[in-house]
Amino acid sequence: MLAVGRWLSASGLQMGGNRFSDRLLPLLFVPVIIISVLPMIRLAVEGLFVHGTPSLDYLRDVAQSSQTWRATAHSLYTAGLGTVISLLIGGAFAFLVALTDIRAKAALVFCFMIPMMIPPQITALAWVQLTGPSSALLNAIGMAPAMGSPQPLYSAEGIALLLGIQHASIVFLTLRANLRLLPREQIEAARLAGARGGRLWWQVILPLTSPGLIAGTAMAFVTALGNFGIQAMLGIPGNYITLPTLIYRKLSSFGPSALGEVSVLAMLIGLIAVVGVIIHHRLLSKRDYRLMGVVGRPLDIRLGNRRLVIEIVLWAVLVAILVVPLMALVATSLVPAFGVRLSLDNFSFDAFYQVLFVQPATIRAFHNSLLLAVGAAIVLVGVCLPLAYVIVRRPTRLTRVINLLVEIPYALPGVVLAIACILLFIRIPVLNISLYGTLAIIFVAYLARFLIIALRPVMNSFLQLDPALEEAAQACGAGVGRRLRDILLPLAAPAAAAGALLVFLTAFNELTVSALLWSAGNETLGVLIFNLDDSGDSVMASAVAVMVVGVVVALMTGFQLASRHLPKGVIPWQT
Amino acid sequence: MADINLHNVTKTFGDYRAVNDVSLNIADGEFVALLGPSGCGKTTLLRLLAGFEEPDGGVISLAGQAVADPAAKIMVAPEDRNLGIVFQSYALWPHMSVARNVGYPLEVRKLSRADRDKRIRDALAIVSLGDYADRSPTELSGGQRQRVALARCLVMEPRAVLLDEPLANLDVHLRETMQQAFLDFHRRTGATMVYVTHDQAEAMAMADRIAVMDRGHIRQMAAPETLYREPSDNMVAGFVGAGAVLPVGGFTMQGDGRCAVRIGNADVMARISIEASTHCRAYPARMVPSNDGAAVVDGQMQHQTSLGLCLRPEDVRVDMQGNLTGMVDDCVYLGGRFRLSVRLDGQHSVPVYADQRARIGEQISLSIRDGWVFSRQEAA
Repeated sequence: MLAVGRWLSASGLQMGGNRFSDRLLPLLFVPVIIISVLPMIRLAVEGLFVHGTPSLDYLRDVAQSSQTWRATAHSLYTAGLGTVISLLIGGAFAFLVALTDIRAKAALVFCFMIPMMIPPQITALAWVQLTGPSSALLNAIGMAPAMGSPQPLYSAEGIALLLGIQHASIVFLTLRANLRLLPREQIEAARLAGARGGRLWWQVILPLTSPGLIAGTAMAFVTALGNFGIQAMLGIPGNYITLPTLIYRKLSSFGPSALGEVSVLAMLIGLIAVVGVIIHHRLLSKRDYRLMGVVGRPLDIRLGNRRLVIEIVLWAVLVAILVVPLMALVATSLVPAFGVRLSLDNFSFDAFYQVLFVQPATIRAFHNSLLLAVGAAIVLVGVCLPLAYVIVRRPTRLTRVINLLVEIPYALPGVVLAIACILLFIRIPVLNISLYGTLAIIFVAYLARFLIIALRPVMNSFLQLDPALEEAAQACGAGVGRRLRDILLPLAAPAAAAGALLVFLTAFNELTVSALLWSAGNETLGVLIFNLDDSGDSVMASAVAVMVVGVVVALMTGFQLASRHLPKGVIPWQT
Repeated sequence: MADINLHNVTKTFGDYRAVNDVSLNIADGEFVALLGPSGCGKTTLLRLLAGFEEPDGGVISLAGQAVADPAAKIMVAPEDRNLGIVFQSYALWPHMSVARNVGYPLEVRKLSRADRDKRIRDALAIVSLGDYADRSPTELSGGQRQRVALARCLVMEPRAVLLDEPLANLDVHLRETMQQAFLDFHRRTGATMVYVTHDQAEAMAMADRIAVMDRGHIRQMAAPETLYREPSDNMVAGFVGAGAVLPVGGFTMQGDGRCAVRIGNADVMARISIEASTHCRAYPARMVPSNDGAAVVDGQMQHQTSLGLCLRPEDVRVDMQGNLTGMVDDCVYLGGRFRLSVRLDGQHSVPVYADQRARIGEQISLSIRDGWVFSRQEAA
């Protein structure tokens, strides 16, 4: 054996073709486990142990508290109602865009996706600035409700409405992906068989698209459940407490001493989310509608003379859910002093000047968020390139497990991950240092949560890459290092860049995780907007929000323009 | 350049034996086609040669040196085998120019710039793409891309060139041109070439020898004309060339490798394979004397030894004096001639080329000039 080995190395021959990726595997596996699995284990331990011994005390405390069940009911009600609203708006848009001959589809889709990319706390802020008695926009045009009348959005239905609008694009995306795979022949066959109008919709199109509808519904529900921004911005002033806000309140009033109880609550949210996902998989497994036929030819049901009316309605809905709230946001940010009625003569950019150059807290927050987002993007892309390569090119049981594990921190509601990170990093066992109260803990949590965002585009790109491209290089004599450098990296670079930008975009605006992990001096932009609004400074909050929306729209436009050069599936709104 | 030897090579994917105990010798400079239906293992065999797959058993040698031998724990990586490969998808790198694609093997081998440029120029000249050096591969047509891929193989002076269905993505007209390009390439370079295809016309037009594969086995390896005239078993007879295989009830040996077989109501003279004739001699008990005194194999033999008569359409003629009669089943115009399908005894049809159209259902007489009798039993 030794002799053979020596002969092999002497003659420059190699055993096996993939030693490199075999060596790489544990190097990647360990960090992935640490950031995606360990925190969750730590969370379970915290909830189920008291002072190191297994105990159900926390569980009992939480279960006996009427607060818990009220918050759970509130969470289920708002997320459920919100999902119904998402389903109605997103479903209607998806069917009309994918199946009919309406015009300007690309513009419609792009605008419809903006609400998804705008952080929820900004959506909430914009809508609060739109409605209610102190609305700068309504006051400017003299349509504001009387002073002292309640803000209508500070209610369960208000929360549900905004959750519904925020997540309508999720339903839209999954449904449209499904509709795109719907071969036009199947519908044409139904029409030739005599089905028309409603019968066609109910008996053919709807059943065939039910997998997309189910998947979209489940995703919208789970996301709505964990959406902290809207629930906090509307629920806390209105004293309508849901599970994420209950956790936030307990942690901010009692600090780390509440961790035991809070981790049980986090597990409760996690459990509801998991049940949602399981129901979704159950429903899907019973429907194996593999669609046969030529894919890719879009169906164009002629709307005839109703087309113009439908187009006007669609754009009107977009104006109502996107343009008007953002106008309200801009209007508030231009108010010269709080309470002053805005007009064309007195608007001022003072708030922008203040947040960008004067207020130390806002400057710091910009700085922190920029640092976190850029850092996370760079680190994650650096990890994802080799990770995606190994997962795609070496599909073993281990890599399949990794592929699932990296989904967990993103699929579970953000508060769950945040609590888990506090628990794990408040005192790191061996090193005996604490990350709690530093920017580092937010950074680690971001790495865990957004790993999947960076990984998917790179994996897609490797999957779409013809293996022959790499094999041709191999036959030319290029070893694995050269192949990565000369062939794989240049070809995966657009996807990696897109992944990095998506991570940046998401991390730059993140609130849910940082709301629980921030400390004085370590605020993020999301937290800043939330705090400014909380302390009544809605003008400055709006100014920050307007700038963030500007960044989001600019980046999205950049993606749109670069879309031709990116592999399929990289841009979230172009499935 | 080198010869290639495979000895009892086996490759399994899970429970599926993609390549099953294959032994194969390819001489230096030979052009061999691996032919078979999809899923027969031909591409796997090529990938084993290239080193992209590792065999489970057996030995693969290049120029006498083992490059894959699981028993001795030898597995030379593809990048160290010095084999050129041309893929169906061309596998040109879109981010490199044509010249850099072609020169990449030299870049890896750290040749000097001047040396590289000269060899790139020469290689592109051979595939007549000299003017395209600075283009991007995406600007080229399918045939041009495939020629770039060929030039990329050429510059590295490989020990052999492996081609994996290189023409499958091209349209019919381009295919013929490219076949000629491959043949020219083979003649000019004298490279050992292994060519995977499912298209028998392509294989017969180009290869010195063809290995017909089916379900992981090599069924027959022979020159194209031998394969066509003397298929060794049912699968090869059916897969290669148009024709029919009829079950043979009995035959009378006529010496000189020929025999008379009874088809329908007539005796037909045919060549017979050694296996088929010895196989029947091994069962003399079943030979019964016929009326005219010659030894005829009992009709029962049909089920047990399964002899087959392979008839090619050019061996069958419409002939008023022919002793074989049948009914026309089908008539297709091929341009210049018709191909009839004539049903003989209610069950079996033979293909016939005819000069005139025939009515469906018409009774016609045929004469058979030649045929090939072989043992239909497949080797285990």
